[in-house]
Amino acid sequence: MSAVETKVQEAKPLLSKKDRALLVDPLSDNNPITIQVLGICSALAVTTQLKPTMVMAISVMAVVVLSNFVVSLIRNLIPSRIRIIVQLTIISILVILVDQLLQAYVYDVSKQLSVFVGLIITNCIVMGRLEAFAMANKPGPSILDAIGNSAGYAWIILAVAFARELFGSGKLFGFQVIPDAFYEMGYVNNGLMLIPAGALFVIAIIIWIQRSINQKFEEA
Amino acid sequence: MKFLKDKILEFRPQFEKGGKYEKFHTVFDGFSTFLFTPDHVTHGGTHIKAGIDLKRTMFFVVIAMVPALLFGMYNVGHQHFISNGEFLGYGEGLIDKLIYGAIKVLPVVVVSYGVGLGIEFFIASKKGHAINEGFLVSGLLIPLVMPPAIPLWMVAVATAFAVIFAKEVFGGTGMNILNVALTARVFLFFAYPTFMSGDTVWIAEKADAYSGATALANSIAGSPGYSISDMMLGFIPGSVGETSKIAILIGAAFLVITGIGSWKIMLSVLMGAAFMGLVFNGLALNEFMQVPFYYHFLMGGLVFGAVFMATDPVTAAQTERGKWYYGFLIGLMAVMIRVFNPAYPEGIMLAILFGNVMAPLIDYFVVQANIKRRRLVRA
Repeated sequence: MSAVETKVQEAKPLLSKKDRALLVDPLSDNNPITIQVLGICSALAVTTQLKPTMVMAISVMAVVVLSNFVVSLIRNLIPSRIRIIVQLTIISILVILVDQLLQAYVYDVSKQLSVFVGLIITNCIVMGRLEAFAMANKPGPSILDAIGNSAGYAWIILAVAFARELFGSGKLFGFQVIPDAFYEMGYVNNGLMLIPAGALFVIAIIIWIQRSINQKFEEA
Repeated sequence: MKFLKDKILEFRPQFEKGGKYEKFHTVFDGFSTFLFTPDHVTHGGTHIKAGIDLKRTMFFVVIAMVPALLFGMYNVGHQHFISNGEFLGYGEGLIDKLIYGAIKVLPVVVVSYGVGLGIEFFIASKKGHAINEGFLVSGLLIPLVMPPAIPLWMVAVATAFAVIFAKEVFGGTGMNILNVALTARVFLFFAYPTFMSGDTVWIAEKADAYSGATALANSIAGSPGYSISDMMLGFIPGSVGETSKIAILIGAAFLVITGIGSWKIMLSVLMGAAFMGLVFNGLALNEFMQVPFYYHFLMGGLVFGAVFMATDPVTAAQTERGKWYYGFLIGLMAVMIRVFNPAYPEGIMLAILFGNVMAPLIDYFVVQANIKRRRLVRA
């Protein structure tokens, strides 16, 4: 894998080392959910099935990327005293747009997600990236940072949804994957996975595995 | 016995550092100290002097649970046969009932110990520290709080979950915040509710026509449906170990006399439950509230929880005054959950876990109050 990467860099460095870090860091070493522990609320609420989780991940990605881009463009025009309200206005506009799009094209999923689409506004990852990155960086890196962070968010909630849908209802994307023979032998779906408390355990296990691989610990 | 001890001493060098089986040192140590009093003593300053170590303490609790376990086995058989209209008298078919109960209950005990000790041994040898004996008690408590008809694989999953998530992630025996056996039960309660509540799970292989509702479930309509003497002696459907209050009280007496269980916690749980029951009797807004308060002791697992689970020295409040608050809170919550939420009939389970979480806070306020009082005296 590294050989391929060095070749690409020799030919034409598509992304500088710094840009790559912006993209890759949030996937694991600086993951918004498992390391920074942001956006937990939606990770618990929308992850009972893979399909709505997927839609949620895409929606968050759209909002984070676009808001990072817009805020980064006008970052020098925003008076710092009222920057929060300006950022919130931008996020709200984008969230409303996403919500309307979902209602127009995937109405059933939109109903399933209910208020949680609107609550993207309060997702700490969105505000966090604006405050921490877009306000001080050019649009290009801001977009990369947004993609990295929202992808980090997306793979975690997809992993949680995978475990919850598999063990909670024996399905993946709505298709039954655990064979009927198992149920006849006495297997029963785990109801704990369907309640938000179950998602906390799944996230805890992911964090556990991740930290034992990374060997990075933050002790308070 | 002499032979066994000689064998242990003979094999010991092979398990010590540099020996052939160094990896299995913790397992060997666990077994040898389980069988014989260890010959090593504390070095340095000793602050607590006691004749029994953790293993003996735990073993005393196991002994205290034996009456409840034996009666539980009999009762599993008894309930099964009377639901089919056979051996209706208490003494009739005693051997059949005991054998049937043993066939139902002993596999659960074996699975619970097997899975729990397996995980414990594995983690102990991985971390390289000694095997802790905390699971001796939890391993027997788990079967006692299960319905008789529980599938064995669920027991295995719940035990694994409880040992890993309630104990090992917090650092093992003595470091857990929540009671391990109750964590196993609460896991099953939320994960597989149809196997942990309802009318069908409390009697193993019951006849369809026979109502298997517990006293608690019946009480929603205003009356437990069983006589006081049956509920006291334990001839009612329920979790394996919780039905006979007499058997539990024998265990409680043993724990209090040997000084292992705290009588303050046991008493204050009952006081809390009685207080809440009296308040509900006074309000009397629905049928369940009108159930006389003393029935709450006889139904469900309140007494069992008060004696064997609330008193768990690791998860209970540590300060002497705190124990009164802790127990009272548990009793109060248990009856409140029972009456307010009929979907969660076994309030004592959730109440003890709640008490476990609150225990450090209670201790903190007790200690702070003490500091404040002594400051005022000096001033």
